[in-house]
Parts: sequence; C-alpha cells; structure tokens
Amino acid sequence: MEKLTEIFNDYSDSSRDSLIPILQDIQTQEGYLSKESIVEVGSHLNMPSSKIYGVATFYNQFKFQPNGKYHIQVCRGTACHVLGSATVLQELEKQLKIKAGQTTRDQLFSLEIVACIGACGLAPVISVNGEFHANVDAGKLKNILENCKKMEDVE
Amino acid sequence: MDFTININNNDCKASTGDTILEVINRNGLKVPTLCHLKNSMPTGACRMCVVEDVDSGKLITSCSYPASPGLRIKTHSQRVVESRKTIIELLLSNHPDDCLYCVRNKNCELQNLSEEHHVRERRIRGKKNHENMDLSSASIVRDPEKCILCGRCVTVCEDVMGVACIDFLNRGNKTIIGTSFNEGLNTSSCINCGQCIMVCPTGALTEKNHFAEIQQAIEDPKKRVVVQYAPSISVSMAEELGMETGKDINGILNAALRKVGFDNIFDSSFSADLTIIEESAELIGRIQNGETLPMITSCCPGWVKYAEEFYPELIPNLSSCKSPQQMLGAIIKSYFAEKEGLSPEDIYSVSIMPCTAKKFEAQREEMTQAGISDVDAVLTTRELTKFLKLYGVDMFNISPELTDSPMGFRSTAGKLFGASGGVMEAAIRTAYFKITGKELVNFQIPQIRGLQNRKEAHIKIGDFDLGVAVVNGMANAKDLLDEIKNGRNDIHFVEVMACPGGCIGGGGQHIGTSDEELKARMRTLYSIDENETLKVSHKNPEIIELYNEFLKEPLGHKSHELLHTTYNKREVLI
Ligand code: SF4
Ligand code: SF4
Ligand code: FES
Repeated sequence: MEKLTEIFNDYSDSSRDSLIPILQDIQTQEGYLSKESIVEVGSHLNMPSSKIYGVATFYNQFKFQPNGKYHIQVCRGTACHVLGSATVLQELEKQLKIKAGQTTRDQLFSLEIVACIGACGLAPVISVNGEFHANVDAGKLKNILENCKKMEDVE
Repeated sequence: MDFTININNNDCKASTGDTILEVINRNGLKVPTLCHLKNSMPTGACRMCVVEDVDSGKLITSCSYPASPGLRIKTHSQRVVESRKTIIELLLSNHPDDCLYCVRNKNCELQNLSEEHHVRERRIRGKKNHENMDLSSASIVRDPEKCILCGRCVTVCEDVMGVACIDFLNRGNKTIIGTSFNEGLNTSSCINCGQCIMVCPTGALTEKNHFAEIQQAIEDPKKRVVVQYAPSISVSMAEELGMETGKDINGILNAALRKVGFDNIFDSSFSADLTIIEESAELIGRIQNGETLPMITSCCPGWVKYAEEFYPELIPNLSSCKSPQQMLGAIIKSYFAEKEGLSPEDIYSVSIMPCTAKKFEAQREEMTQAGISDVDAVLTTRELTKFLKLYGVDMFNISPELTDSPMGFRSTAGKLFGASGGVMEAAIRTAYFKITGKELVNFQIPQIRGLQNRKEAHIKIGDFDLGVAVVNGMANAKDLLDEIKNGRNDIHFVEVMACPGGCIGGGGQHIGTSDEELKARMRTLYSIDENETLKVSHKNPEIIELYNEFLKEPLGHKSHELLHTTYNKREVLI
C-alpha cells in the first residue's frame, strides 16, 4: 500500500514507540484502521497484528470501520446521562442493529459514543453529521433515522 | 551474591536473581499463582501470589519481587490468606459456575484455589460477560466466558511458540483475549499447537472433540474401525492415569483399545519407520542432485503451518513426506483396504496423537484421496483417557496385548520420533546404511538427544560430512531459520518440532506436564531404544513387506501418490 509509506517515512526509526502516532496518522488519513493497514503497520514495525489490534482497542479513539454516510454521535456526558442518554444509545443500537463503534452493512449509518459535546441544554442530544438533535427519545430517533433513509431514496 | 531472607520466622538461603517465590518454593512451602508462567517474564497481573512484607506491612507479589538481603515476609498470615481469597471470589464473581459441565472439572486451577481457600458462597456478584465461543478452529475451542484473563496463553503463544496470534483486547471490564480483529482463530496465524491449552488454568481453552462420531462408527456394523497411536502416547499417558511417571504402557494400551471396540490396532511408529525410508531417500536424492538444502522435516503440522505463514520462502526446503499419521492413514485406506477386501469408505480411521495440530492436519485438503480423508478423527492423549473411562476400561486390571499386523510392528528408531531429535536420529541411521552399505557402529547420537532448545551435530557418513540441526519449541526455530534464509550452508538436514521437547511435550498431553515428567518420558523412549534389538527402520520386516507387496520402491509412483504432499503459502493475519 503506497499510501502508508508516506506516513511510515515520517517515523523513520521504525520503533515500536511510534506505533500510536502512526495509527493516529492512518486514522486521520483514512478515517479508520483497516485490516490491511494494521497488517502493514505490523510488518513495518515487526509486530504481530494481534498486538497492534490489542493496543488500538485499548483506546476509544480508534475505529475499525469507515464511518457511514450518516455518522451519529451520541453524547454520553453527565447532563445527557442524567436525562437518559443510556436509553438513547440502547435504542439506536436496537434500531440500527449495530453496536457503538460499528457501521451498518449498507454503509449508511455509523454510531459513535462521545463525551460531552457542549450542548447540555439540549440533553439528551445526538448529532448526525454534525447537526444536533435535541431532547431525543425513541420516537424522535425513529423519525430522524427515517428522514435520513428518505433522503437516500430521493437521491 | 548469597544472603538470607526470613520466611515465616525462618531464615532461608537466597541468591541475587531469585524471586521471593523461588525461595519460598525451595523451602517446602507453596504459594498459589495464576498469571505466573515458569521461564517467562512475570507480569504481576493477578496478585494471587501476594505475601506480606513484615517491615513495610505491604502485600507484595512474590512471583515478580526479587529477594533481597534481610527481607522478612509472611506467606500465610491471616491477612494474606484473606486477600488471596478475595481475589478468588472476584474471579468467580463473573464466572459461569458450570463446573459440573466443564471439561476441566476436577482439573481446574480456579476450582482448586477456591477449594483450598474455603470459598463457600458467592459473596461478590458481578455481571457475566457474554462472549461467543470460538469454534472456528479445527483444533482449539475458546470459551471466553471461562477466561480469567491470567494471560498465560498470550505469553506462551508469543514466547514459546513465536506465533502471537492472541492478545488482550479492549480495556477495563471489557477486556478479553482475542485474535487480530477478534475474528476466529482459523483466520489467524494460530498453528494449532495447543500449548495455550496446556497452560490455561480453566476450561477457557480446550481441544475440539469428536467423541460422538467415533462412538457412532464403533457401533456401526458396516464400518471397520481402526486406530493408530503416535510413538509418544504409550510413554506419556501415565500421569493421566495416575501411574508412575514415564511408565511405558504399550501392551495395556493395545488391550484397552480392543476393549473399546477398535477392530484393528496399528502403531504410528511403524509409519514413522516408513517416513524414514521415504525421507532418507529424499534427503540423499537432494544431496546427490544438488537440490534445495537443507531439507527440513515435515512431521509436525504445527511447524508446517508456521512455515506456510511465516517462512513461505522455505517451503521448497520442507520434505515432501507426509507425517507418520497421514502416511499410515493413507496406507490403511489403500494397502490394508485392498488386503482386507474393503473399500476405503468402509474404514473409519482414528488416530491418537499427543497433539492438537494433528486434528488440523487430518482435515487438510491435501490429506485426502478422491475426497476421502486419510484419517477420520484424531484424539489427543487427554481425550483418550476420557474415552477409555467412558467405555469403563480398567487400566489397572488388564493384561498387555500386541498390536495387529501388518502395520503394528516398529523399530526403536520409529519409536524415537516421540522426542525432539528422534526423527533426525532415526533418519541418520538409515541414511548411513543407504550411503555406505554398512550399519552405524554406534546407533546413539547423543549430541541431538535431550531437551535443549537447539542441537547441532556433524556426522561423518563415508567421506561426506552431514550437518544436522534439531530445534524444538517453535520460537527457538526462528534464529536457525533466519540463518538458513541468510545463506548458512553447512547444514543439510533440519528437524523442527513446534512443541517443547517434541511430541512428548505436545499440546494434547497431560495438562500440567512438568520438565521432570518430560525428561522421564524421554528416558523411557531412550531405554526402549537401548533394550530392544531392531534399531533401524530399514530392517523392519513389515516395512520391507510393504515395499515388496505394494509400494515397490521409495519415492516410487505409489509413494508419490499416497505418502507425499505439497505445501502452500498461507494468507492469514500475521
Ligand atoms: S494453539 Fe498455539 S498458536 Fe494457536 S493460539 Fe494456542 S499457543 Fe497460539
Ligand atoms: S484463556 Fe485461559 S490461559 Fe488465556 S487468559 Fe484466559 S484463563 Fe488465562
Ligand atoms: S502469580 Fe504473581 S501476580 Fe500472578
């Protein structure tokens, strides 16, 4: 893979200490860590891919699937938590049939947990591609998802 | 430097470099451990081994804490025992608690610890982790719900096997052991060696079991059910049965297998002899024709998969010989079938192996003839013991019997396959004879015997100086393989066994096998070689008969069809 060579060149010593910065750069460039990239990093740093995956899953910041067309962030900050964001998350996971950190098979939706997004007044709040939706509940979530799907059909 | 430390008010000798645990164990006391694995760096993760430092009042982990002059500790003060008990209770708090249904029932470290510490109730209730079992591998079953995250499997897989296909994933209470991308072991670089099972304290890692199919075949009147057992089996079952370590139970084993209902009993040591005939012919051919050298043995399916994944450039060096298990499997469904007037479909062929990777090997596509597997089911040593119990065989009250003929008779060279260096020694004996026309004066080759990780020797055969190398424990092979890759050329023949000590230390053997037990098994194999007269494969009368009647010549047409195979580079997540 040509694309990673450039990143590797920035860390010319190929030492294991560069693992996390390399993973971060890849995620910035590609949006997520693919199997191919992890294996490639493994052969570059002479590390088994299981170890790299182990390190990467230790941190919340790394993703292993590309974002969906509609990327949903669920705020799990304190205010949202108090007003039921756990249920919001559960409901989204149920309706989308994926877990946080995953992307639906049709690549339409992805789900991410974020710490406070600074809109506590709107709690519980989610953001879809950066657009906030306030005071969500099961019914509202259903509408939001359906609207996204409708927009797809129109296109 | 020598000094003393004080353990429970007694002064005990210690030296620089000792851990507290080592000093304790030398002085007639045991401290429970979980994450600790001999010969590996301590991780200090489980805190099961804590002792009380009298001066500081702190609890310290004895497995990772160096002994230092003047140290005073208590190993079993009430405080220490209580804290160990709490750790056990915490480990149990999310455990499935299905001991009665677990393969490791009565042979589980967690169970033993809770019994030893008088855990009498579930005091701490935790949320159970509901992780799916991994049934994807042909050899290994992983049940993450029973995993206590001691990390011993991870350590063995990396340090001893050099594979490192599993590691800790995620964080905090979501931590699990898993492969890259948490996929099935079958897509990982796992070589199916089973060494992780050997160190797992619980039932989280076990072998894939085929009892039901075998039972069904035994019941089926239309099936001829035959069994073969590997060279190491008869000397490594004693611990499973509660007999004296290293005892050779060959005769009893034959009788027991007949009691269970196997129709014919064969010895894989016979096909080890056959392997030697083919492999030594291949070696001599490679040397004479200037083909790829060194030749590397291919008896060990763990090593073969490792080569296909990590050293594909060395595939041309692998001997094309199938392993003894697969050779005998193929001969049973051809030569034997023909002799008995059976068609291969009527035969159900079981093999008893010290090895979990043999289960994987038996289902490789290359190990079939016209869609029929050479070997139908593989039992490990551990499983055999359970199988014999299931059939009510009383191993203490049974008279020895002989194997069936043909394919039951072996030389001691074939038997030596069970220990690291054995294949090499057997091959040298026959190669020497084939090249010089004379037998070796001294059959034993002490330089390649024993448990050392890596052994090398130069043997004069006529004017030829044959360089040989033997490695056991997959991680120990790396240096040698790299030397070969980088052009080392004084070595002509290499034996690689993935497991420590060879098959006697295989991943299908008794759980908890110690170095002393390995040595005892090795000694028994050597004393069989010492005491019996037929010491070379090429003089085995049943082998001679097999060539006369059926195979005709080593590396001949029939051999190529039945006894040799090919290998391919494997794409896995390394
Ligand atoms: S079977 Fe061997 S290679 Fe596979 S996970 Fe266990 S120790 Fe590692
Ligand atoms: S699978 Fe077994 S050896 Fe591995 S961490 Fe879990 S309990 Fe320990
Ligand atoms: S055995 Fe010492 S910390 Fe686990």
